[in-house]
Amino acid sequence: MQGSTVTQSQAELNFSATHSHQIDHHSEHPDHRLFGFVLFLISESMLFVGLFVAYLTYRAVAPVWPPAGTPEVELLLPSINTVILLSSSFVIHQADGAIKKNDVKGMQLWFLATIAMGATFLAGQVYEYAHLEFGLAEGNLFGSTFYVLTGFHGLHVFVGLLLMSLVLWRSRRRGHYSDQKHFGVEATEIYWHFVDVIWIFLFSMLYLLH
Amino acid sequence: MTHAQPTAHTTHGAHAQETGNNWRKYFSFSTDHKVIGIQYLVTSFVFYLIGGALAELVRTELATPQSDFVSREIYNQLFTMHATVMIFLWIIPSLTGGFGNYLVPLMIGAKDMAFPRLNAIAFWLIPPTGILLLLSFFVGTANSGWTSYPPLSLVSNQAGEAIWILGVILLGTSSIMAALNFMTTILKMRIPSMPFQKMPLFCWAMIATSALQLIATPVLTGAMILLGFDLLVGTAFFNPTGGGDPVVYQHMFWFYSHPAVYIMILPAFGMISEILPTHARKPIFGYLTIAYSSLAISFLGLVVWAHHMFTSGTPDWLRMFFMIATMAIAVPTGIKVFGWLATIWGGKLRLCSAMLFAMGFISMFVIGGLSGVMVAAVPFDIHVHDTYFIVAHLHYVLFGGSVFGIYASLYHWFPKMTGRMLNEFWGKVHFVLTFVGMNMTFLPMHVLGLQGMNRRIAEYDPQFATINLICTIGSYILAVSTIPFLINAIWSWVKGPQAGANPWQSLTLEWMTSSPPPVENFDLDPVLVSGPYDYGHVNAQTYNTSFVIEPASAQTAEAEEAATASS
Repeated sequence: MQGSTVTQSQAELNFSATHSHQIDHHSEHPDHRLFGFVLFLISESMLFVGLFVAYLTYRAVAPVWPPAGTPEVELLLPSINTVILLSSSFVIHQADGAIKKNDVKGMQLWFLATIAMGATFLAGQVYEYAHLEFGLAEGNLFGSTFYVLTGFHGLHVFVGLLLMSLVLWRSRRRGHYSDQKHFGVEATEIYWHFVDVIWIFLFSMLYLLH
Repeated sequence: MTHAQPTAHTTHGAHAQETGNNWRKYFSFSTDHKVIGIQYLVTSFVFYLIGGALAELVRTELATPQSDFVSREIYNQLFTMHATVMIFLWIIPSLTGGFGNYLVPLMIGAKDMAFPRLNAIAFWLIPPTGILLLLSFFVGTANSGWTSYPPLSLVSNQAGEAIWILGVILLGTSSIMAALNFMTTILKMRIPSMPFQKMPLFCWAMIATSALQLIATPVLTGAMILLGFDLLVGTAFFNPTGGGDPVVYQHMFWFYSHPAVYIMILPAFGMISEILPTHARKPIFGYLTIAYSSLAISFLGLVVWAHHMFTSGTPDWLRMFFMIATMAIAVPTGIKVFGWLATIWGGKLRLCSAMLFAMGFISMFVIGGLSGVMVAAVPFDIHVHDTYFIVAHLHYVLFGGSVFGIYASLYHWFPKMTGRMLNEFWGKVHFVLTFVGMNMTFLPMHVLGLQGMNRRIAEYDPQFATINLICTIGSYILAVSTIPFLINAIWSWVKGPQAGANPWQSLTLEWMTSSPPPVENFDLDPVLVSGPYDYGHVNAQTYNTSFVIEPASAQTAEAEEAATASS
């Protein structure tokens, strides 16, 4: 709407309303999707804030943390995983640079690389789950929060992989993404950074400071 | 300069066409915000009647001290579902989804919401979830109250509780989707001639409401997820026997559910701020203070949640903080109330049904607000916690406030939505019955609470019998009060007198198009020629010619001229 409506000629305004919706949906209607998507991520971050605060409260209230008898958490694998996930943020940013130069091939390659890194992270997490000495519901509060928090983050990583695959699938069509039109690429990148930032908090809380 | 005047003839023609062919659109996945708004309103009203029926069962049980009408277990299920339905399926969807959808794009001159398909998805999550929640009666529905505190909620009906958790997550998701849509629409899609300080107050209220929904709802989802794990997987986040902490649940729950109170009242505040100036024929008193007080309530609303937990072992210093923060909310709320009173003071009041409900709203809400300040005080709250005093307080806010606000708005905007006028006589009968019934039901509960009658218990001491009987009779009057409204609404929708574009001679943009508005709202793009509440500052012609099409430069000049004239 911004600015465009005032300058329209009367002939355009008398244009049949039902048809104009279909025809100039993209040309006339400014794109608010990125704004809406960022609002969604702010909202989504509050889900993690809620879970983090719950964890920190348990930790603050408990006399010993982690509760007595909690096995040590292995650090090496998660640290490698962290490096992979954090570097993937730089990799996906290259995809954004590529599409802004109208280089669809380059964007696809960088997305594929990010998918590979994200999948490695998830595989590492599954391996870690399989080898941990505590389970989800064994009466250990640290164990339960550990699985729910990392599990929720893992779910978000998985959704990120789906989003990237969707962008790749859509980019088969020539001209679907261009230097002018690449909301899908941009939103996926922002989402991936979001997932990374969440992981930084998670990794610090559950592995480094536990 | 071209004036565009929708004549009576074209209005009728458009209306006949709409009702003639298109009633099916209300049952379709329509992306028109007006259709979605009406879908929300009608659906949530059906849930209101169901929630009301549950309330009547509760009151019937409480008519006598013994638990003789239903069993104690069923009684617990009834009051749990009553609150769940009324909060999540009636007040929140009708205020934000219903009126928000219908009014926001019209008021800011937009063609639709920012994300029409997301809008439709948000609505279509509601009916199946509502039906799912109601069907859970067949497996024994949740029976630990709408707060669903663990460990009680972990040891009662497991299937019903699981369905309840799922339902709350789905309805919360719908609410988040709607909120981000409203936020984007209001911030990004106003017509160029509408700066923030010329935006209708309802839009300010919707910004404040949407912010709360976006920030607070996900925390409730988090609480539900953890509760679900406790219930179904056997973790012990909230279960003290496994080392968990039930108070953490209470914090997470109230971090959403206290702001939810403002989600349920801020849009009503906004609509009352539209209705009062229109029917008092005066500018709103203190436009900016009313606008900013919505934002202040929204912010303060996020930092008062633990006042629901004064008896949950909350430490003294924390109680002190939450007591003061809670009482501080009375300031922006009081600003609004005094602004409204000053608006109608000396006005040429048009005492139509909408105005009666709006004034009923102020008086009833003030009672609820004052008892709110009382229960914010820790020493007082410790005595009345979980008594009928709380039940009285919350119903004055949610029934006397939210529901009166919804009724006032239904009477005010029904002509716009349907193109037909409601019958004023039956509207007034409806108002009198609702007003009397509401006070008869809830006013005596203050006394019950102070005498020590506990809430959520099917049996009570015989000394409370008389007052309880009065409450029950009052609740039957409330049930009867919906009948004239329903008949009036249905009859008027079909056969009521034609409304015309602007029956109330109002100045906001939604009245500057035909009733009901065409698809994409405005045949000609609207331009502001006056502020939303410039009653008495504009000449009579403005009410019919407020949208003007002309070259850009002349338009801006006229908008500025109108702005200087009004200020």
